[in-house]
Amino acid sequence: MDLSLKVWRQAGPDAVGGFKSYEAKGISPEASFLEMLDDVNEHLNEAGEDPIAFDHDCREGICGMCGVMINGDPHGPQSGTATCQLHMRKFNDGDSITIEPWRASSMPVIRDLIVDRSAFDRIIEAGGYISINTGAAPDANIIAVPKEAAEAAMDAASCIGCAACVAACPNSAANLFTAAKIQHLNLLPQGQPERFTRTVAMVETMEEYFGSCTNHGECESACPKNISIDFIAWMNRDYVKAQFKTFQKTGQ
Amino acid sequence: MHERSGWRQWLGGFFSSSVGLKWIMAITGIGLLGYVAAHLFGNLKVFTGMDAAGDYYIDLYSEALWHLGGHLVPAGFLLTILRVGLLSVFALHIYAAYTLASRNRRAKGQERYDASRNWAASNYASRTMKWGGTIILLFVLFHLADLTFGFANPEFHHGDVYANIIASLERWPVAILYIVANIALVFHIYHGTWSLFQSLGSASPKYNGLRRGFAAVFAWSILVGNVSIPIAVLAGWV
Repeated sequence: MDLSLKVWRQAGPDAVGGFKSYEAKGISPEASFLEMLDDVNEHLNEAGEDPIAFDHDCREGICGMCGVMINGDPHGPQSGTATCQLHMRKFNDGDSITIEPWRASSMPVIRDLIVDRSAFDRIIEAGGYISINTGAAPDANIIAVPKEAAEAAMDAASCIGCAACVAACPNSAANLFTAAKIQHLNLLPQGQPERFTRTVAMVETMEEYFGSCTNHGECESACPKNISIDFIAWMNRDYVKAQFKTFQKTGQ
Repeated sequence: MHERSGWRQWLGGFFSSSVGLKWIMAITGIGLLGYVAAHLFGNLKVFTGMDAAGDYYIDLYSEALWHLGGHLVPAGFLLTILRVGLLSVFALHIYAAYTLASRNRRAKGQERYDASRNWAASNYASRTMKWGGTIILLFVLFHLADLTFGFANPEFHHGDVYANIIASLERWPVAILYIVANIALVFHIYHGTWSLFQSLGSASPKYNGLRRGFAAVFAWSILVGNVSIPIAVLAGWV
């Protein structure tokens, strides 16, 4: 199939970017979106031009590296799918495709379609962990976890940190990412000791970089892992509960 | 880091963080929704006509509001407290909205997507909250000038609620303004009524479907009720 692409090109973080048009000819409908870009890049290399820079790693939808805005859809038109798992059969021969990087003031473009997502690392550093000493591997099932809680925590933990939620949000909010990263710990017994300090620290770090939630739900439909905005509600609940807790350690 | 003491511990969190401000939006929103519902319920007395003594029930209703608390308190005392409360709730709601909107503008940065966004989940109501809110604020100012203070209504007589409503809404541009403003109000409260559950942290797959349904029923009831009054006046039914 033949496609005309309109791709955001930007030489570096401080360079002025702009759109450039490319023709992608003879693309197999079985190719993934990234393989289509690989093909375009091979032709650019042959012509002595700079290839289009884009993030990618596992190419099986679990690493969270890839992700671009495709015709106004984060990760393209197929729901619950990362860009690497999107196949060209979802497009028609002769389509024009606009490919843009994620946009948010805390996710500046590094080059072409690659953005700097290190603000997500700052949020995780603030509390996305459990502080326990690791010794020998504990016996399996030594801590009982309700099945529903385990499944909900697993759903939250499926977040791959691709930032499609921020890209989709009209307010550039990172609430879905942060809620998933908070709740996959807060829902489990192991996450309880630090539940409220974690929630406050991660929410307030998130807000240093990103906007606020107006409950549009765009993040949920953009998420390649279909993570529910229920987690955002539960994060809100834990944040408010934390405001009423005194963190004084009674008796010490 | 994130250490607060005493009352700052919770007050600070609510007023500094966006999640806290959204909580304030939701709580004040519940207050305002309750007010809108009570306001409509009272106004429907415009349809109940007059009593045996020839007094319109809606005039008696406004008098009763003024004498709320009976002889226990001076006349107008409780109503003034309610009005001050309503005004502070409005002020908090607007303060939170303004603060959040300016934070969101900062977070969005300068660059916009070139391709038009393919909205998958948001709707007209959710994307127009800012503008709907602004229209409602301007309308409320006009509404107060029209039917509370009376300087936007040449035939205004304090206390003659029924006559004032008829005199105001008989002017068809004013009636259309009331209808249009109420449509804006209803879009705003449709998203607000659904959204407040989310902001307050009340979500469960079991009853999530009910939240949208409740919001739709509430919004439609307010729309039908509020718009029925200017239509009834224009049509000469009251």
